[in-house]
Amino acid sequence: MNYPGNLLYSKEHEWAKVDGDLATIGITWFAQDALGDVVFVELPKVGAELKQMDEFGVVESIKTVSTLYSPVSGKVIEINQELAKHPELVNTSPYDNGWIIKVKISNQEELKNLLSQNNYEALL
Amino acid sequence: MLKRTALYNEHIKLGAKMVPFAGWEMPVLYAGIVLEHLAVRDNCGVFDIGHMGIIDISGANALPFLQYLATNDASLLAENECQYSILCNEAGGVIDDILVYRLKGFFRLVVNASNTEKVLAHFASHQKERANVVHRKDISMISLQGHGAKEAFPGLPVSLPHNHTVEWKGIVVSRTGYTGEDGFEFFVENEKAASLWKEILEKNIPPCGLGARDTLRLEAGLPLYGHEYNNEISPIAAGYSWAVKFNKPDFIGKAALLKLKESGAPYKLVGLKLKDRNIPREHFNVLSGGANIGWVTSGTFSPVLKMPVALAYIKPQFAQLQTEVEIEIRGQKYSAVVTSKKLL
Repeated sequence: MNYPGNLLYSKEHEWAKVDGDLATIGITWFAQDALGDVVFVELPKVGAELKQMDEFGVVESIKTVSTLYSPVSGKVIEINQELAKHPELVNTSPYDNGWIIKVKISNQEELKNLLSQNNYEALL
Repeated sequence: MLKRTALYNEHIKLGAKMVPFAGWEMPVLYAGIVLEHLAVRDNCGVFDIGHMGIIDISGANALPFLQYLATNDASLLAENECQYSILCNEAGGVIDDILVYRLKGFFRLVVNASNTEKVLAHFASHQKERANVVHRKDISMISLQGHGAKEAFPGLPVSLPHNHTVEWKGIVVSRTGYTGEDGFEFFVENEKAASLWKEILEKNIPPCGLGARDTLRLEAGLPLYGHEYNNEISPIAAGYSWAVKFNKPDFIGKAALLKLKESGAPYKLVGLKLKDRNIPREHFNVLSGGANIGWVTSGTFSPVLKMPVALAYIKPQFAQLQTEVEIEIRGQKYSAVVTSKKLL
């Protein structure tokens, strides 16, 4: 298990990698491990407007289903098309190739609602 | 406090993910559900099923006792043979679905872990027949499943016919399973269970957890108590009329089941295949033309078919193969096609 120090985390087990006004979003190692084999990721449409902690999709695994919550507010500018063919990337590479969406952040202030690596790990 | 099987320490050593199941602490997976599932379909895998209830019934009244309590005809069993059977209530609902073995001088039942206490209480309440009922907590079960088992584990009694048992290295072996594959199940004393388990793993046969056991039985269309069966669902609706023998003397549920057989059950168990990738889960509604026609009992993503599949009870007029129906998943309707409950 690993939780990179350069990411921000939500209590619902999403991570956000913030680069200026761009956030790349995925689910944490803990989340993918709890779900087990991921077989489908339901993605939002590019252009969708999200508020912080809005539901933006679901992850289906063999065992169960889990709702995805956006750690930031903003507009979806890209979705990970690879997940349609290879949903298992969420398991094998949760912080890299298994990213889920990219969002143009509309409210930087809200980033303070997210958890640091240490605070997220303390939650687990 | 959760119960532990004789193989608990082996699971911990293997790094299994342990979960509570029917009062037991059981391995849900080791390497991953899909890997374990495909290992069994492509070759073989081994399961700890020590949580299953083993109940021996003996004495002069063992046969009449079983004949009255279970729906199949145990008098048809030769020694070392087994049959699928069902314990019903008076209304024809299912108390448990079981395997009945005729061994030397007694019957052995294998019942669901989740129902063991209920079944024992049911037996105790029908003790006018005075059969000896013993819960064999001293015996474990290990299930080796998959067509490759014979080659992977040389020395198995490969000529053993299906639904038969034989004594092998002092262990009762049965040619049975719950995966839709060929396989062998071992009744082994608790203290010898770990050594048999290790002997199997030494042949590079992968350990498989309850997760794969569930997806394998689902693809094979095999019912699981609490999902496809409960005390209000009959074996007629589930498609197991063949395990109800009306030509034997009175048994619990006979009148109700006969009526159901003649009138037809209100729902029929079918398989469903979906075109989209959303997965139907238990209790989701099945619809036709906007009207509710039934419910999903089990659903998953089939690792072999690579599509979402389900077992569902639907009204019989929609149960024709290839009928197009819809499943409601999180408020959206997704199209599905009716198939045999045996999905592979």
